[in-house]
Amino acid sequence: MEMVTELYIELQYINYEEVWHMSFYGKYMEYRGFDFDGFFNGVKDLDIQKALNKECIDEMDYLALLSPVAEKCLEQMAVKAQQLTFWNFGKVIFLFTPLYLSNYCTNKCVYCGFNVTNDIKRSKLTLAEVEQEAEAISRTGIRHILILTGESRKESPVSYIKECVYVLKKYFSSISIEVYPLEEQEYAELVKAGVDGFTMFQEVYNEELYPQLHMGGPKSNYCYRLDAPERACRAYMRTVNIGSLLGLDEWRRESFFTGLHADYLQGNYPDIEISVSFPRIRPSAGCFKPKYQVTDKNLVQAMLALRIFMPRVGITLSTRENAKLRDNLIGLGVTKMSAGSSTAVGGYSNKNKSEGQFDISDERSVEEIKQLIRSKGYQPVFKDWQQI
Amino acid sequence: MEDKLVIGGRELRSRLFIGTGKFSSNEIIPSIVKSAEAQVITVALRRIDFESKDENILNYIPDDCIIMPNTSGARNADEAIRIARLARAAGCGNWIKIEVVSDNRYLMPDNIETIRATEVLAKEGFVVLPYMSPDLMAAKRLKDAGAAAVMPLGAPIGTNRGLRTKELVKILINEIDLPIIVDAGLGKPSEAAEAMELGAGAVLVNTAIATAGDPVKMAKAFSLAVKAGRMAYFSGTGTVKEYAEASSPLTGFLLDK
Ligand code: SF4
Repeated sequence: MEMVTELYIELQYINYEEVWHMSFYGKYMEYRGFDFDGFFNGVKDLDIQKALNKECIDEMDYLALLSPVAEKCLEQMAVKAQQLTFWNFGKVIFLFTPLYLSNYCTNKCVYCGFNVTNDIKRSKLTLAEVEQEAEAISRTGIRHILILTGESRKESPVSYIKECVYVLKKYFSSISIEVYPLEEQEYAELVKAGVDGFTMFQEVYNEELYPQLHMGGPKSNYCYRLDAPERACRAYMRTVNIGSLLGLDEWRRESFFTGLHADYLQGNYPDIEISVSFPRIRPSAGCFKPKYQVTDKNLVQAMLALRIFMPRVGITLSTRENAKLRDNLIGLGVTKMSAGSSTAVGGYSNKNKSEGQFDISDERSVEEIKQLIRSKGYQPVFKDWQQI
Repeated sequence: MEDKLVIGGRELRSRLFIGTGKFSSNEIIPSIVKSAEAQVITVALRRIDFESKDENILNYIPDDCIIMPNTSGARNADEAIRIARLARAAGCGNWIKIEVVSDNRYLMPDNIETIRATEVLAKEGFVVLPYMSPDLMAAKRLKDAGAAAVMPLGAPIGTNRGLRTKELVKILINEIDLPIIVDAGLGKPSEAAEAMELGAGAVLVNTAIATAGDPVKMAKAFSLAVKAGRMAYFSGTGTVKEYAEASSPLTGFLLDK
């Protein structure tokens, strides 16, 4: 009898529901073996119309909106997405600027210029330099800053990030981090120090492909990275931004998993503002050639489908995209944009700056971006949070 | 008899409150306020950029308006309290609209945390206007906690669905001896008129004006609708029959001799 109970408990322990409550991985596993191509081939025009007529769409509708068939209905999707964005966010675009603190990195992401095997000039900002950069950036009116480091617990440990945050607090009303995955406790420490936002891209959700693209270093741990956004939620960050690097794998699936991940986080941590980025691979020092094409049209479809799936989710667009495309994406669901971005360490105030992580495509200044947003009939918002 | 709305000891001439978070530019705000004839303007503290001349939204709000900072972004009572104090310390006056939203999917207010924050802030001398889900018991507690008005939602924020909570709002209007200000969800002037006809003290509108093709004109339309609704309320709207009458009276037999 006792044995039976034990067995029962054990079975219960690996119960799906249980896994699903513990990590997004459980949700991901539900789609393992799912015949995506078969599904896409089976989508009919009518399915798209049905999805567009619904007030709330479910996962399968979302996947249908990501299908090749839905491309025919892009305009209709755009109209709906724009309406939802207007209602939920109004005619505003939030602005932020990234600040690279350090490009020391122990990882071997094949697509990244900071990859440990790339022979580039490595540097990290001293606190005095952080201050200089902060001054230069805040002069442009920017109030939200996103700080980035490569993965090196030796060169850019949490204590270093914290010290930088103390400096930056004087200049910015919101500080987000895009650094290597941390423990929940470490996130909590950073929150206490004044960090309110978190960004991390899974890069690729495809678990089989992941190790081939991340061949060495701590980043090769797929699940540890996958669960990082959840740890940040638990540490009570205010905003959590996720994404996958489009082009590493087939974008329709990757976008789907990104959306599911966002939905999972929003459902389990309703008090956190969840947002999603749609970064596409840019050329970098490593000369990595993406295996999958992601056209402008594809990118637009991915964004529109997500907006319809999650009307309230934030959508972030980076300077990776060229000026013309960025201009046209305003109004299609984007809520946040980076401006005046440099991806090099010391890129704002320093003349002999280091190499960038990737080449940015939109090199316009904050002022130019601001004017552009205005010309589109939107308000550029520099401040949307305040340290409290 | 002049029909004035009194909140926190101030007599207000306008029953249309305006939200500011969604406009296409700050520059449009003065003309919106003017055509809406609005007096109370709510601004999220998180958005106020005190250091910037161009971007500081407060510079666009006419001097004769009452600024009602709101605690948008607060996820619990403590955060709302901190935001309220910051707002007052920054010179935004002592009105505060409490928004505690711990649910980003539907943006539904957290009544329990809202009551907690109201209690603390009212004691500190704030004029507290809490945004809430229309629940009678919660409204009673907000009144006991010292709220100056209660602001039930008409529909979830940003949905433009109209007065979906009508029956619940009616109960608040009947039972709570404070101005009831319908906030959120009103998508059309007719819906604002509807709220006013029921006896709401005022309405707060942002999305519907900000996302209109011509926001200034829409502000005017809302202003007229609010006045019309108020006038109708005072004129005593005729009873609208909600069920059919039997062709021969069901109680007619009582009259039979
Ligand atoms: S993507 Fe990040 S972790 Fe990977 S090599 Fe580049 S900096 Fe390092």
